[in-house]
Amino acid sequence: MICSGKSTQTKTGRFEKNKENTMTRKIAISVALAIALLLCAGSAFAQDWFKTGTGLGVSKARLAVPEFGLRAPAPPALEKTFHDVLWSDLEYCGILDLVSPSFYPTQTPSQPSELKFADWSNAPASAYMVAYGNLSVDSTNLAAAGFLSDVHNPTAPIALQKIYRGAATDADARRLAHQFADDIVAKLSGGLPGIAQTQIAFVSSKSGNKEIWAMDYDGSNQHQVTHLKSISLTPRWSPDATKIAFTCYVPFRGITSPQICIYSTASDRLISFPRYRGSNSSPAYSPDGSQIAFMSSQNGDPEIYVTDAGGGNLHRITFAAGVNTSPAWNPKTGKQIAFVSDRGGDPVLYLANSDGSGVEKLDLPDMGYSVDPSWSPNGQLLAFCWRRPSGNFDIYVMDVISKQLVELTRDAGRNERPSWAPDGRHIVFESTRNGQRQVWSMLADGSEPRQLTYQGQNESPNWSPR
Amino acid sequence: MQDRCLRKLGLLLGVVAFIALAGGCKKQVASRPPTQAAPQPTAQPTVTLNASPSSVKSGDTVTLSWTSTNATDLDIEPGVGKVTAQGSTPANPTESTTFTITATGPGGTATADARVTVGAAPVEAPSSANQSLSELFEQNVKDAYFDFNKSDIRGDARANLTKTAEFLRSYSQVRVTIEGHCDERGSTEYNIGLGERRAQAAKNYLISLGISADRMDTVSWGKERPFCTEHDEACWQQNRRAHFVAGH
Repeated sequence: MICSGKSTQTKTGRFEKNKENTMTRKIAISVALAIALLLCAGSAFAQDWFKTGTGLGVSKARLAVPEFGLRAPAPPALEKTFHDVLWSDLEYCGILDLVSPSFYPTQTPSQPSELKFADWSNAPASAYMVAYGNLSVDSTNLAAAGFLSDVHNPTAPIALQKIYRGAATDADARRLAHQFADDIVAKLSGGLPGIAQTQIAFVSSKSGNKEIWAMDYDGSNQHQVTHLKSISLTPRWSPDATKIAFTCYVPFRGITSPQICIYSTASDRLISFPRYRGSNSSPAYSPDGSQIAFMSSQNGDPEIYVTDAGGGNLHRITFAAGVNTSPAWNPKTGKQIAFVSDRGGDPVLYLANSDGSGVEKLDLPDMGYSVDPSWSPNGQLLAFCWRRPSGNFDIYVMDVISKQLVELTRDAGRNERPSWAPDGRHIVFESTRNGQRQVWSMLADGSEPRQLTYQGQNESPNWSPR
Repeated sequence: MQDRCLRKLGLLLGVVAFIALAGGCKKQVASRPPTQAAPQPTAQPTVTLNASPSSVKSGDTVTLSWTSTNATDLDIEPGVGKVTAQGSTPANPTESTTFTITATGPGGTATADARVTVGAAPVEAPSSANQSLSELFEQNVKDAYFDFNKSDIRGDARANLTKTAEFLRSYSQVRVTIEGHCDERGSTEYNIGLGERRAQAAKNYLISLGISADRMDTVSWGKERPFCTEHDEACWQQNRRAHFVAGH
């Protein structure tokens, strides 16, 4: 939670540069932009390895987040949860640089009339923005009044003021903090909301079987979604986040085989979907939610098929001997599908139009095995797992137009199955860097990896839409 | 659903038929044919002995019956003693026993025996026959192994699949599910596809050896059901296979 002395020093140094900026709007930047700049730099392709920092080429907004004032009789435990969650959300959002609490003035504001602008804008705090407020409990209800002020422009109106309401429970204190964090991020990133209220679906063996689980984006509230007691794999959210399609091992014509299952998070049950002969797996929703692409060997070779979301109008879109799987629709256009095929030998990435025409191999500057494609929300970048002949399994990002590459993980176990967050600034993936296979997230430039799961074996994360 | 029931019924009938055959076979072995006495000028004695039933529970009665020629003296052991030239007698063996009749005459001596199995009730015969079918399957049906990221049939896989085909030809009532498996490395999704390709490669090879396609189903377990969980090549090789499972 508390910044180390070393990073504080760096942040103070950056302040000198930031001081030249006066316009608040100019600080609305994103990690995605940083990556775009890197990819445009041109040298990315030739370099074997480089590590990007989120601050590279851009500067982050410097935000102070003092603890919320307590209006009696709010329990201190709720305040602690609220503050910890808010701090964690903002620290990890990718566009902010949080001021260490050790530099804060002794008197912290709980409402706008108590905010002393100069105390926060001057050294040592040197903040541009301050997020503050107060918590109050009325019988069983919790209310958080949140404010965001630009302390460099005392005459500017308050950037954000909102009252968040819920029950006086730890879970709701957490929820309200996420809401406030998302509103702050939206305000400071030019309208693109944060991801603090998103979920991650994943596969866990904690119950003794591989089942689909879901958790908050920060790893809290892990809960089991399916109870099939067989093997469930490869969860993918529907675009409206009301359903999860996945691979399930269920009996069909007397044989337990991989089939497509769909779980409704709204009605808390499985929705019927057709069963097919052979092995069926890796369902993926089209961006409008009307269609599902998946792998099926119903006619022999494992090929990619597309159906309506209800299972009607089945048609095949790949026609090449070998394995064709892992379809991923371009979320922006819906007219393009990335997939994996070993038609040329090793399994590698291909692009095709969503009707299967115009197949194009995504050539990489080295041999190997490239799998698990995941599109960035803007439809321009593909994250994937690449096993180079000499190396481990690592996460890379490719600009599909320029074909330029950034390596996001290195020398840290096997890193597979990336999935983009809806803000385009974060990626969740699975890694064996701490021994067991676990779910991790990181900023989309590879920095700030965070372990989200610890118990059992956890894999195949998929980030929910908003 | 109906299709599945019919198929199950068919399989059941097949198994019953097999058991009946196997059971019959066993009985013949149990009661050995009598020792043949070649006709000779000195008229050597001949003798036969039968025990019915040949398999009983402890305390049940067995009927021993015999015939003889050219014998002056007949003796059944254990426990019966001297008997006439032909006839029958009850016996109550408490454990599995081989009864031997010795016929003595001017031309020499002849013997015959009959084995009575005690303890195994006749109704248990099917399960022991069934056991032997699954044992035969275990012994003769060989899995096919593959290279990393490959579904090509290697030389050793050809040898194994040829043995498997021989078994499937001999027991035409046996259906198989061919499971494709992969090692732990690499994409979960790709491995489901690769496992299916391996199962199909094994199936196609068996088809080329004359095994009917409709006796074989394929399914991929990807890397989800490893045979071995070490993280080395010896173990990975164990997991890259097409595995045969009997019937369904």
